[in-house]
Amino acid sequence: MEFAIQNYKDTRSGFGEGLLEAGRRNPKVTALCADLIGSLKMNAFVKEFPERFFQTGIAEANMIGIAAGLANGGFVPFAGSFAGFITGRVYDQIRMVVAYSNKNVKIAASHAGVTLGEDGATHQILEDIGLMKTLPNMTVIVPCDFNQTKAATIAAAEYEGPVYLRFGRPAVPNFTPADEKFVIGKAQMMQEGTDVTIFACGHLVWKSIEAAAQLKEAGISAEVINIHTIKPLDEDAVLKSVAKTRCVVTAEEHQRNGGLGDSIAQLLAMKNPTPIEMVAVDDVFGQSGKPEELLSFYHLDTPDIVAAAKRAVARKK
Amino acid sequence: MEISKLQDIASQVRRDIIRMVHGCQSGHPGGSLGATDIVTALYFDQMHINPDKFRMDGSGEDMFFLSNGHISPMLYSIMARRGYFPVSELATFRRLGTRLQGHPTPVEGLPGIRMASGSLGQGLSVAIGAAQAKKLNGEKNIVFVMMGDGEHEEGQLWEGIMYAGAKGVDNLVGIIDYNGKQIDGPTDAVLNLGDMKAKYEAFGWIVYDLDGNNMSDVVATLNKARENAFKGRPQLLLAKTEMGMGVDFMMGTHKWHGTPPNDEQAASALAQLRETLGDY
Repeated sequence: MEFAIQNYKDTRSGFGEGLLEAGRRNPKVTALCADLIGSLKMNAFVKEFPERFFQTGIAEANMIGIAAGLANGGFVPFAGSFAGFITGRVYDQIRMVVAYSNKNVKIAASHAGVTLGEDGATHQILEDIGLMKTLPNMTVIVPCDFNQTKAATIAAAEYEGPVYLRFGRPAVPNFTPADEKFVIGKAQMMQEGTDVTIFACGHLVWKSIEAAAQLKEAGISAEVINIHTIKPLDEDAVLKSVAKTRCVVTAEEHQRNGGLGDSIAQLLAMKNPTPIEMVAVDDVFGQSGKPEELLSFYHLDTPDIVAAAKRAVARKK
Repeated sequence: MEISKLQDIASQVRRDIIRMVHGCQSGHPGGSLGATDIVTALYFDQMHINPDKFRMDGSGEDMFFLSNGHISPMLYSIMARRGYFPVSELATFRRLGTRLQGHPTPVEGLPGIRMASGSLGQGLSVAIGAAQAKKLNGEKNIVFVMMGDGEHEEGQLWEGIMYAGAKGVDNLVGIIDYNGKQIDGPTDAVLNLGDMKAKYEAFGWIVYDLDGNNMSDVVATLNKARENAFKGRPQLLLAKTEMGMGVDFMMGTHKWHGTPPNDEQAASALAQLRETLGDY
């Protein structure tokens, strides 16, 4: 199917709408926040379900523990903060009482990646996917736009088990269908092609679609697949596409170490060694700037994906 | 339950602790022996629980969380003696494939354990969440959580202390196993805890001082806490305990925090502890 921009919206607002909808569907859905209700767009949930909302103050570790206790009691808690504060800062808490204890806690991580923008590297976590995907029992979801983030939030509420849900701050193209059900672990074909496969997640899915259009003009047929669930990885979808295209680009707003590209590379190294080019942050921290400037500066933009695809195609035997 | 019967159970639990850590030559006997009386009183006298029909969500029951998870031999023995699982299983403590992991975990499916603990500082937050789940469900049960004294060096506990006080989590009873010792030495030498009673009170908690190894005092204080539950404030038992209680050479030192006795020491320890319910 052809994807076109419907409007520009932030993915965190998709989370906010999804949380409200999940709360309406299931009275066990609860939410916690560490002093960032507005940033995570949780206001509507707080207003409609004040008794099911827990403001913990700026105390993320305590928030994770309370969420685990609520989950143990049969509730479905979404614990929300900036992605950096709700992963790295509380890694051991998540490991202990969420992942290892296997409690039904949803980690809602906003403002992920360099597109957080002007606040700079202290707040722009680029390591969170790696931190979360290495935890047994943890499902890792990185939806690509507003509509998909809303649907993914609802799906996370319906799924039994720990989930890491990563989304972002700026308004970005909203292009997936509004009514599309989100299936955890099922890769999404964005565009079929034959010469190279671009596996992308989050904000870089639309960039990859743009790149595919430019590649087409250069005579390269690119397949674009949205790996919105990094763990569990849809291995069949990856292997099937690669069997056809025989070269790969991965694109993500994350460190190369520990990210989507690393998951794809691990799979292919074991099952079907294939030339891979990775569009990712190259082992450096971010800095202040506007989101689009930062994507360009760190080589995470459409031209970078185009160039990577050309390199990948050239490496094919 | 009569105090003397609780004391009989506690004596057997202490035998179990020595035999468990001696059997696998690993584990934490000192703190386990010190905290035995309080947790025995909780499980055999105080808490409304259904050991033979364990429910993970604890619905309709009182709940207990052990934040200082390293004193697991004590908890395992008490849970087995209370009927959560066969006492014979105590022999598997810390051995490959056991449900009685070094630190408590629900992962292996041991009835009675709801949350992994042992990475310190986290149990209070979990207990707060469990208590709030009970409130949302309209249940009139109490959530108990035991914490170590040295564990209060962890910042997360203070987040929880502040939260429970500010939000008036009044179906929550904390217990500090205040033995004054930790791995590197006396707690106040490692990092002086100061006036813990005043600190908790400053955060809005009701605090009770007690002798955590005096069964009468333990039961009386827990009764008081039950009476004062659901009155708007969280409560704390500041329980003075003696690490190694019941075994002369294990008392008065932090040396037995994480050291198992050898054959001779185990025999000496067991000679000091009455066998009341039959060894496993």
